[in-house]
Amino acid sequence: MFRNNYDNDSVTFSPQGRIFQVEYAAEAVKQGSVVVGIASKTHVVLVAIKRNAEELSSYQKKLFPIDEHVGIAIAGLTSDARVLSNFMKQQCLGHRLTYGRNMPVRTLVDMIGSKAQINTQHYGKRPYGVGLLVAGVDEQGPHLFEFQPSGMTEEMVAFAIGARSQMARTYLEKNIDKFAECGRDELIRHGLRALNESLVQDRELTVDNTSVGVAGAVRASEQDGGSIAVEPFQVYDQQDVAAWIESVAEDKEGDAGAGEGGDAAGEGMDVDS
Amino acid sequence: MAAMFSQNPLMNGPNYSISDAPKEDAPEGARQHRFDPYTDNGGSTLAIAGDDFAVLAGDTRLTSGYSINSRHHPKLFKIGGTTADQKDATIVLSVVGFAADGEALKERLDTICKMYRYRHGKPMSVKACAQRLSTILYQKRFFPYYAHAILGGLDEEGKGAVYSYDPVGSYEREQCRAGGAAASLIMPFLDNQVNFKNQYTPNSGEGHALQERERRPLTRGEVEVLVKDAFDGAVERHIEVGDGLQIMVITQNGIEEVLLPLKKD
Amino acid sequence: MDHRPQAWGRPRDDVYGAYDASYLQTTGPKTATQAPVVTGTSVIAIKFKDGVVMAADNLASYGSLARFTDVKRLRPFLSTSIVGFGGDVSDMQFLDRHLNELAIDEAYEHDHAETPSPSDDSTTTTQPPRGQLNAANLHKYLSKLMYRRRSDFDPLWNQILVAGLDSASKPFLASVDLRGTTFSSPSLATGFGAMLAQPIMRRFAATEEDAAKLTREQAVDVVKECMKVLFYRDARSLDRYSLAVVTKDGVELREDEQLEKQSWAFAERIRGYGTQTV
Repeated sequence: MFRNNYDNDSVTFSPQGRIFQVEYAAEAVKQGSVVVGIASKTHVVLVAIKRNAEELSSYQKKLFPIDEHVGIAIAGLTSDARVLSNFMKQQCLGHRLTYGRNMPVRTLVDMIGSKAQINTQHYGKRPYGVGLLVAGVDEQGPHLFEFQPSGMTEEMVAFAIGARSQMARTYLEKNIDKFAECGRDELIRHGLRALNESLVQDRELTVDNTSVGVAGAVRASEQDGGSIAVEPFQVYDQQDVAAWIESVAEDKEGDAGAGEGGDAAGEGMDVDS
Repeated sequence: MAAMFSQNPLMNGPNYSISDAPKEDAPEGARQHRFDPYTDNGGSTLAIAGDDFAVLAGDTRLTSGYSINSRHHPKLFKIGGTTADQKDATIVLSVVGFAADGEALKERLDTICKMYRYRHGKPMSVKACAQRLSTILYQKRFFPYYAHAILGGLDEEGKGAVYSYDPVGSYEREQCRAGGAAASLIMPFLDNQVNFKNQYTPNSGEGHALQERERRPLTRGEVEVLVKDAFDGAVERHIEVGDGLQIMVITQNGIEEVLLPLKKD
Repeated sequence: MDHRPQAWGRPRDDVYGAYDASYLQTTGPKTATQAPVVTGTSVIAIKFKDGVVMAADNLASYGSLARFTDVKRLRPFLSTSIVGFGGDVSDMQFLDRHLNELAIDEAYEHDHAETPSPSDDSTTTTQPPRGQLNAANLHKYLSKLMYRRRSDFDPLWNQILVAGLDSASKPFLASVDLRGTTFSSPSLATGFGAMLAQPIMRRFAATEEDAAKLTREQAVDVVKECMKVLFYRDARSLDRYSLAVVTKDGVELREDEQLEKQSWAFAERIRGYGTQTV
């Protein structure tokens, strides 16, 4: 039987120039349920599908506030995400303490990027099995970043990671030109529609399985100094998301039968639960 | 030249022949100052607990010696909100003494409250916060925060709570407390006006038979007048107190903040 | 001869005497600045309508000796803020190097931040990139640094003024000293300036509202007048000074100003130390 000799650790390249452990970690991200993020000129939103391990269990949280101006959405190993989120919370608090300002989102994302990269270059270490969408606002305005276990980070206008996220990305690509000018609610609805695309055939968005997170940045006019007023990152669940889900469902009724057949990616039990 | 080799102790000092002769206090490169890490920035604070509210107040002058460094330097800080502007905070900390230590203490406590929120998903109670503040102060028992702290909020039953501290963490819950430069001027006034000390029912007897005036919780209106009077008195008699009066009233509906003028002389 | 391996390659004791290893000793007390040595005197600053004016003379004294007469004690930071140093000059130079590093790090953080964010409106061409450390952030940082050093009993023997704009683009002026004590006021002065210049400046800017009415020209005039008073009465001062104006358009720093229109006529009439009665 074929056995891969180059995936025992993350310090060995395969002859094709690949590091399998890192690629496997990226697979762990694809096991997590889908999360979508979109940034406009004024807001950045994260929306997520929560999973429950079984009918009687509660739903695993997907969105986490980091600091008043930053939040993350996770896909992959929740416990690895917790480590990263604690690290990010501490860095943000520390930055606020020494400089008295919101940590620039780019700086924060670079830090977890470097932290994750170390795990890909040391024998005996394991890459983080989680991907993140980092949404935040700073003096430059709203930002959305993607983070991958390899340590790769990239600023995005809109993105989706997790199981079947390709469908959501296709929706985002189709609508990319609309996002910049979107208002708060409109942006959230775009996020939910993208999320909808990724759902398995017979499932739908409900108040139980949907989470929405928003942060905003309203810039004062140039003569008032052009400084940013931050709308803190806020996570909405349950009844707070009902209105958005309804409004998306309404316009859904118009065009029937969207979405193709469901080939659910293998949903591992200890992923996202 | 003669003096150099003189045996006269007055001219040469005691002529020790042994090499471990006692050294003087300041040998090579004598130290003229020793760095004193502390200073007193003056000012005064006070806090009064009511039935369903707590009031904290402090003047806004910051001094060093006879100089007024700033006429607007707040001594009251909201603690434990979710955002930097603390608009959803429910606890107030007042610090007076060495301003830099006060600032450090405030930021330390606020950070701890924020981390408590991350871990437990709820804000810290005043009781817990008060206990934690004591620990923070005591951890620096041998290099203390040189500040008199007073913590105010509403307890689990919604009653006004005031906790006062010494610089190394001893604390107790009280009805009222004054701190800082004019504490000795304000506290006796408060004893009389809040706890009705030395007030007796007229014609109730002689000597020990005198009946003490019965204590009752003050209303918010009464307390606000007391605070203003206390500070007007302190300003008159203490040079380190003045400029502005910052008052925070903690109620069920949150924290109201007022800034009143005081004499600037 | 000593043939033990640990003696190989070392000077022979019988020729050179026992090696004096005392300078290698790492034990013993850590030494720290216990007193300022070469010092700068007052720094003064006042807010006005859309910025802050700051000044300090170009003298570094060694006790009562006017030791260096062209020491610049105001430094711009990221061309958005001004930092003015009073007190020990070597500690000032240490802080200057430290702030250079901080500025470089900050510039690196922000040179790629200008890219694809959808919020980027291409119309803004004002030179300081958004989100860089402003004067308020810088002051916070310096206060933490100074407080840490005092807590380590290794203070940086300075009183520092920081001027610029805050996050709401309002004029910002604050002070931090060797103990980490911070405060802010419409006008500030360190050292002798706190006695001699501050009362003059407070006549023009007692409150924030008053300061918001001052024009740039008025503020500069007040500061120049104060520098003159300081030169008259502060023995460790100089008539050459640096003057900085910081607004939203950046920092204008002139480092070789000369005090003008001095009149020493008053000196003739001074009798004794007290209030002049004649």
